[in-house]
This record gives sequence, C-alpha cells and structure tokens, in this order.
Amino acid sequence: MSPQPVTFLGRAEALLGTRAAESVNQGMLHLTAMRDNAVSGFPLMDAMRDRARVIRLHALANLDRLLSHFADQVVAQGGAVHFAADAVEANQIVARILKETGSHLVVKSKSMVSEEIDLNRYLEDRGFEVVETDLGEFIVQLAGDTPSHIVAPIIHLDRHDVGTLFAQKLGVEETFDPTRLNQIARDHLRETFLKADAGISGVNIAVAESGSVITVTNEGNGRLCTTAPRVHIALLGMERVVSRWEDASVILEVLARSATGQRLTSYTNVVTGPRRESDEDGPEQLHVVIIDNGRSEILGSDTAEILACIRCGACLNVCPVFRTVGGHAYGSVYSGPVGSIVTPGLLGMEPWWELPYASTLCGACEEVCPIRIQIPSMLLKLRARAAEEGRLPGWLERGMRRYTNIADSSSKWERAKRLVHTLTWPVSRGGWIRRLPGRGRGWTAYRDFPRPARESFSAWWRSNRGA
Amino acid sequence: MEGRTVQLVVTCLVDALAPQVGRATVTVLERAGCQVDFVEGQTCCGQPAFNVGMVTEARRMAGHTLDLLDVTKGPIVVPSGSCADMMTRHYEELFAGTDREQQAERISSRVRELSQFLVDDLATDLKASCEGCLIAYHHSCHGLRGLGLGHQAANLLSEVEMAELEGATDCCGFGGAFAIEMPAVSAAIMNEKLDRIEASGADTLVGGEVSCLIHLEGGLRRRDSKIVVKHLAEILAGDDS
Repeated sequence: MSPQPVTFLGRAEALLGTRAAESVNQGMLHLTAMRDNAVSGFPLMDAMRDRARVIRLHALANLDRLLSHFADQVVAQGGAVHFAADAVEANQIVARILKETGSHLVVKSKSMVSEEIDLNRYLEDRGFEVVETDLGEFIVQLAGDTPSHIVAPIIHLDRHDVGTLFAQKLGVEETFDPTRLNQIARDHLRETFLKADAGISGVNIAVAESGSVITVTNEGNGRLCTTAPRVHIALLGMERVVSRWEDASVILEVLARSATGQRLTSYTNVVTGPRRESDEDGPEQLHVVIIDNGRSEILGSDTAEILACIRCGACLNVCPVFRTVGGHAYGSVYSGPVGSIVTPGLLGMEPWWELPYASTLCGACEEVCPIRIQIPSMLLKLRARAAEEGRLPGWLERGMRRYTNIADSSSKWERAKRLVHTLTWPVSRGGWIRRLPGRGRGWTAYRDFPRPARESFSAWWRSNRGA
Repeated sequence: MEGRTVQLVVTCLVDALAPQVGRATVTVLERAGCQVDFVEGQTCCGQPAFNVGMVTEARRMAGHTLDLLDVTKGPIVVPSGSCADMMTRHYEELFAGTDREQQAERISSRVRELSQFLVDDLATDLKASCEGCLIAYHHSCHGLRGLGLGHQAANLLSEVEMAELEGATDCCGFGGAFAIEMPAVSAAIMNEKLDRIEASGADTLVGGEVSCLIHLEGGLRRRDSKIVVKHLAEILAGDDS
C-alpha cells in the first residue's frame, strides 16, 4: 500500500471521484433527508435546540462540579471511577482493569473516544482480544480500516465491499444481500458476547445526579456489551456530562433526530452502577474512565464551545466538503466541521491547523447543529490562530499581503485594475481567461476566470456620474 | 421613500470584474426612487483576508472602507450578500476593543444587501421580467445563512418563471480562497451544483453574489453550456443596464 498523503488536500484528492466518495455522498444525502423529515415533523425542535444549547453550555461552565458530583454518584452506586489525563493514561487504566479482573476477551460497543485514544491497538499489543460489536465498527475492524464518519463508520463502503470482506475474512459464502450479511455478523458475534470477559462502551450522556451513563444504539449490541460480561468499562469524554435527568431527556430529543432522523434510537441504554443483589444479570464491576486528553486545553481556549457537541454527526452530513471527500480526508478520528475544530484542539495545531481551511464557510453546519454551536465562527478563530502563528503557506500569506497593500489605497487600486487589465490581454479571449499563472492555475484547472474590465465600475462612474 | 439618498458600495469584484452589475444596481436603485451616491476610492471590504484569518490585513482594508463611508450618510447598499455580511456581522467583531470599534458599529448599522434594502426597507413593487426565461436561483451561503436572505429575491423574481433546483440552498463550492487553496475539492462541489442546474432545465442562472457567479459561470464555460449567468440586479434592470 502506498503511504497516506500527509495533507488534507492530498488525501482529499486521492478520494475525489472514487466509489467510496460516491457512497459517502449518497449516504449523507440520505441522512440529511431523514434528519429534515424528522425535524419538520417535530414542531418543538427549535425550542428543544435552544434548551439543549443552554444545558450543554451550563454543563461546560460547571464541568468540574458536575464531574465530581457524577463521580461521587457512580461510587455511591457501587461503581469505580478513574480519571485519565491523556490517551496513554486512559489506555493504561483500561489494560490494568482488564488484567486485574482476569479478562482476556473484550467486546466493545461503538465509542469514538476509544478510537481517539487508539485503545484497540494498545490492548491487542498486550495480548488482549478485542472484538467490535457495532456492525459498522465490526466491519471496520475486520477490514483493518478506520471509521469514516462519527455515527456511520462504514458509510464509505457498500454491500458489495462488505460481502467480499465477509467471504474473505469469515469464510462464509459470498452474498451481497444486506439481511444475509447482517445475519452472518450476528451469528459470528453472538458467540463472542457469551464468551466475553469484559465489555467496553462509550458514553453518549453522563447524568451527574444519579451517576448514570447513557448509550444510544440501533443494534442492541451496546446493551449486550454492558450486561453480559462480568466487567463493564465505560469510556467517558469528560465533557459529556449533564446535571440532571431532565437535561439528558432534552439531549436525547435532539440527538437521534439530528443524527439519523429517528425520534429515539432503537436502544437507549442506561447503566447506573454494577449488578445489584436483586438484579438477574449485569456486570459484577462497573468502571467509568473519565478522559481529558486535551479537553481541558480546549475548555480554556476560544473554541471551548465545541465541547458542547453531542456527536450527532449532522454537521458532517450537510457539509459540502465532507460530502465530496468523506471522513478519511481529515486524517483524524473526528472529521467534518466539528472534527476540524476538535482535532487541532485535542492534538495541537501542527499539522492539524489546515483542517479549519477545509471549509467553504457555508454555514450549513451551524444551521443543523442541535446545540447551535457557532461552527463557522470557530473555524475563523482557528484560522486567525494559524495565521498569527505564521502557519499559512507562503504563497497565501504573501498574496494576501500584496493584495492588502493595493486594496488599502485608492490610488494603488486604480492603477492595479488598469495594469491587470492590460497584462491579461494576451491570455484573454472574449473577456475570459483560460489559464492563469502561479496559484491561479488551481482556479483555471477547472473554470475560466473573468478578465478585469476595461472600464471598471468606478471609472464608469467618474465619466458618467462624477461631479 | 421617494428621493432617498443611498450610498452604493460596489465591492472589489464588481468594480474590477463585473462593472455591469454595479451599473445595473444603480439603475435598479434609481428606478426604486433612490438617489444613488458613490464614494470614489472604494476597494475591498477586507473579507478575503478575514476569511483566511489574516486579521491585521483585514483591518487595514476594512479601515479604509470605514473611513470612506464615515463621511457619508444614509443607508449603505451592497449588491453582495457576503460583503454585506462581512460589513454587518463581522466588522464589529473585527474591531472590538480597537479605537475603530464605534466607527465600525456606526457603519455596520447602515449596511444593507441590495435585495434586503429593496424589499424589506423600501417595500418596492419592482419585479424582474425576463421574457421566455427559465431561471434557476443560486442562494449564496453568506447571504442566506448570515443575513437570512432568500424571500427578498423570491419576491423580486415572483413574476418570472423559476426552475426547480435540487439542493437549491447547498453551497456552490466557491468559498473564497478555498477555491484556490483546494481547487479540486471546490470544483467537485461546483460540478455537483452545475449538474443540478443543468438538470433543472434552466436557461438562466441568477444569484446575488458575484463571487459565486464568477465561479459557476467559469465552470459552465468549460462545459460549453448555453446557460446565461446574471446577477439579480441585472435581471431587475433588464435592458436598461
């Protein structure tokens, strides 16, 4: 395999026009239509979004208090809480729990934070057997691929890709029938659930008042992961806590509608403490790992609001750039508009400063965001940070300086218009230029560029209307 | 509203690349009963620098624009949603905490995008006419989502035949410097838009934003398309521009 291109543009260009990109586009149009349909059938949506925004911003403003209350409640319910400052610590904590509980086989339900800390690889390197049980993540794991969308991890694949993969890796007869494919995965995973020692899940919402963790899924695998094995480890990105059940219910109202156009996902799984004596099943131990891994850094910056995100993926679905190239172009676990803000925040500006530029600033993201997060405004803040830190490519910085030196002076502007009009005479035809030099080549590779007018508007005004 | 004096800001792109749009804007404003004033020496509102994060440069260009306009009075009318958006929503943010803060607020509060001014402020009864045309309208993003535009153009175009355009409010992929920084991605988004415009059966593409229109027309030319591209002001001005 050829090495991954190192820039967004390099990865994007490699993806443009591929079958994967076409799958993403179709998937995004479908999810957006589902979302629009769900929202138009729910008159309270706008009010719920306002409410959800207040709830999430309130939670961020009181994060330390909420987290400590949440942790106390988890312990009061018989669970254990661990704080991880970064990915390394988080991975170490999980491995230690697995070791101490004599666990070897681990089933996982979908968790983006586990992708963020690269947990699977860490555990596999240490001899643990880790099996993804969300259908999409199971396929990603089988293919040795990475998720291309935070909600729909295999949106870049189609049933033919999956059929071929299953035949190769699971030794089953090749089929492209989605129902059959589902059944194959189900049969394969059912065995694993029953044998597993531990289950690892993510957390969509943590409720401080009761120490509960909520996960939403459509496949029921999350419920099996958190009840069948002896040990349940819940990975919580530290920003995902809310104060009360009432708050959680508002988030649930907007989350599924925005993500998949459902009123609620098929399963809303709530775990409050490990198995009690009166319970028929459930894990003997519950461990909640609260993960910072750069979130405190974001919280103290001018992009703190992005931590209010509930990971519905709606901003990815409507983003013209994401739809065209897919999540793998972003080179990071979190892609699309939200990823372009989260990634430089979590991992640093180098090399991620370029992600905020992978946007037309069209604002479709903010328009659908259930928390009304001001995404374009934060992309601009990160761009300003990148520029201030001197990270812009030289041609762009020099070009913009040169343009500014002309455009902050009326007389230079007048001269420049005339000069460019004259200079473009040899390359123009019928008022349009077919090939520009330098960076302008990027423009004219795909479109003509208009030749500056012989008589600019201000020249016309002077001769026709001027005093 | 008869005899109301308005200040025209034509934007850098209209001034240098599409002066016909500026002339049409003058025609339309006069037909709507306004007296049009134009302060000479206008250049650029600073949006290109602001959008790539070059705040100092954006302030220099915006400062130049503020100084020119500060000696004038009355509504400032701009035939561009994104420049109007820059001058209303972003100037205050750009100059917050600087000694131009109040000046920026003063100017910002006077700025109106053309269709917004005609329909919301003047309640004009001007309607575009275009005999035998089938028009597809491109809602440019900054006007649409920044300023909440859309119904004004629909009002002005209510007497012409409109094509049904799939994904009418989707971005065209221009994105300012994005079109040059990431040209292949920009063009892929553009081509989806152009496919949809062609599929709509429209023979005329109309919009309120010269930047998107240049990008789209430049792309249509590569397809040898017969679709004519016009700014809303040109359609409104008809043959008089």
